[in-house]
Amino acid sequence: MENFELIKQGAEARIFKGLYLGKPTLIKQRFEKKYRYPDLDEHLTKERIKAESRAIVRCKNVGIETPALYLIDLKKRCLYMEYFEHSITAKEFIMEASNEFIEKLSYDIGATLAKMHENNIIHGDLTTSNILIVNQFGEKCFFKDYSKLKLVLIDFGLAHIDNSAEDKGVDLYVLERAIISIHDNPEKIFGLILKAYRKNTNGHNNVIAKLDEVRLRGRKRLVVG
Amino acid sequence: MVIAIGFEGSANKLGIGIIKDGEVLSNCRTTYITPPGAGFLPKETALHHRENVLAVLKDAINESKIDVKDIDVVCYTKGPGMGAPLATVAVVARTVAQLWNKPLLGVNHCIGHIEMGRIITGAKNPTILYVSGGNTQVIAFCRKRYRIVGETIDIAVGNCLDRFARILKLSNAPSPGYNIEQLAKKGKKCVTLPYCVKGMDVSFSGILTYMEERAATLLKEGYTEEDLCFSLQEHVFAMLVETSERALAHCNSTEMMIVGGVGCNERLQEMMEIMCQERGATLFATDERYCIDNGLMIAHAGAEMYKSGIRMKWEDCTILQRYRTDAVEATWRKD
Ligand SMILES: Nc1ncnc2c1ncn2[C@@H]1O[C@H](COP(=O)(O)OP(=O)(O)O)[C@@H](O)[C@H]1O
Ligand SMILES: [Mg+2]
Repeated sequence: MENFELIKQGAEARIFKGLYLGKPTLIKQRFEKKYRYPDLDEHLTKERIKAESRAIVRCKNVGIETPALYLIDLKKRCLYMEYFEHSITAKEFIMEASNEFIEKLSYDIGATLAKMHENNIIHGDLTTSNILIVNQFGEKCFFKDYSKLKLVLIDFGLAHIDNSAEDKGVDLYVLERAIISIHDNPEKIFGLILKAYRKNTNGHNNVIAKLDEVRLRGRKRLVVG
Repeated sequence: MVIAIGFEGSANKLGIGIIKDGEVLSNCRTTYITPPGAGFLPKETALHHRENVLAVLKDAINESKIDVKDIDVVCYTKGPGMGAPLATVAVVARTVAQLWNKPLLGVNHCIGHIEMGRIITGAKNPTILYVSGGNTQVIAFCRKRYRIVGETIDIAVGNCLDRFARILKLSNAPSPGYNIEQLAKKGKKCVTLPYCVKGMDVSFSGILTYMEERAATLLKEGYTEEDLCFSLQEHVFAMLVETSERALAHCNSTEMMIVGGVGCNERLQEMMEIMCQERGATLFATDERYCIDNGLMIAHAGAEMYKSGIRMKWEDCTILQRYRTDAVEATWRKD
């Protein structure tokens, strides 16, 4: 990991960038969480690294954009993957982009998630922080020409394979609340995501019905104390 | 200047507190404690509140050294909570408001915890972990409301702890969670338990079922009660800290606040503190006086509402067993 530079701390891992075999590479290190009992920490970390690498490979196979995977180092708790130099998170994009671009993006998110769920990949941690907007032409520019952008899914540590409407519905619900809790106009953004999701799934309206059911669970729960 | 009195009785704690612009004048409380192995039920809890409410009220007024005519607003917990205990306390609040000729305000219990936490700790715009017997929510403030970013998908963490205490027949005094915490300090071995996190949501029913089915066997296999308490805490708190961290990152927040009855657990606070240090955030937590359900938090949140101009008609001063944190517009917050 020498010559790699720490660039940020995500929701779980430390992110380094550098060169590996001559390619711009990102190392995602799930460092030791000192608050966790050591055995539990070790166990969870390994599970997540494995889940993330498996899901990335599976996405690649079905044509969903994810970073290419370069190396798995379980001992050092690291994943080496393709680094997108010219990228921002969907969260950052939405904070700055025009309404028109936000609508386009919402639609593309819905279509991508539809494809992911059609292939029974459950992301497990869908948020606008875990979707990257990449300029395919290597320009540091995101707000001028939408056609130059592509959408890349990242952070698959909680991913798994499941064909149930339940898990897919929960996946969407996690995203909905992530949007509600930080973005303006969440109804519009999530509404467009669902619209595109519906259009791009075959007979999976039961996922939307599940989503409604999952939403109600929280509202119906009796709480005491 | 606003002086507010608050009545809380949504669960097994009965509390009455008086606050004057953030200055605590009194904060009195009694708890309905059930025998080991038993939980509290609505009817008996309501009876406990009815039998004690006047004594607690007297204490709260005496301790505050104010004259009731100086009170500006009477506040009570509108919900969420158990119907019968909520109604019992609401009736008393309604009665004194009429006797003293004061306006009445119904306060959301969760908002009470959050606003109390903010004023006591000085946190400005924290990401909040609200953990109690009935609630487990990760909350962020956005567009004038406290938004639920993540929550339990089944039972609350406090409920999980309480029911585990019943399996071991631990005492419910002063609270089951407290007794688990003390035993856990002496635990040495950690049993592997189900660990269930979905994005920013958590689930505890798997862990509880596991304990219900296996506790007796584990005890026979050489694990002690202390070990089981330790294992349970290490697992459920790790889940809470993990989802809190995820919310913190997603909201670009540098302040983390823990509120609610489970929030006074020192091991939970310690774990959260380590997480915060590892990412340059600051932890805000309070002790049992303010964490555990109390009347003061209702008085304080009610005073904030009152100052921002909120008034309620008598016919709206009802109770709600289900009352979501995001149902309330935080008119008193300027950001
Ligand atoms: N392949 C990548 N190229 C460029 N930036 C990335 C890449 N992967 C992650 N990032 C950045 O790092 C952040 C954290 O990565 P992520 O995989 O989501 O880890 P965590 O689990 O810690 O959230 C992302 O929000 C994004 O800003
Ligand atoms: Mg992430």
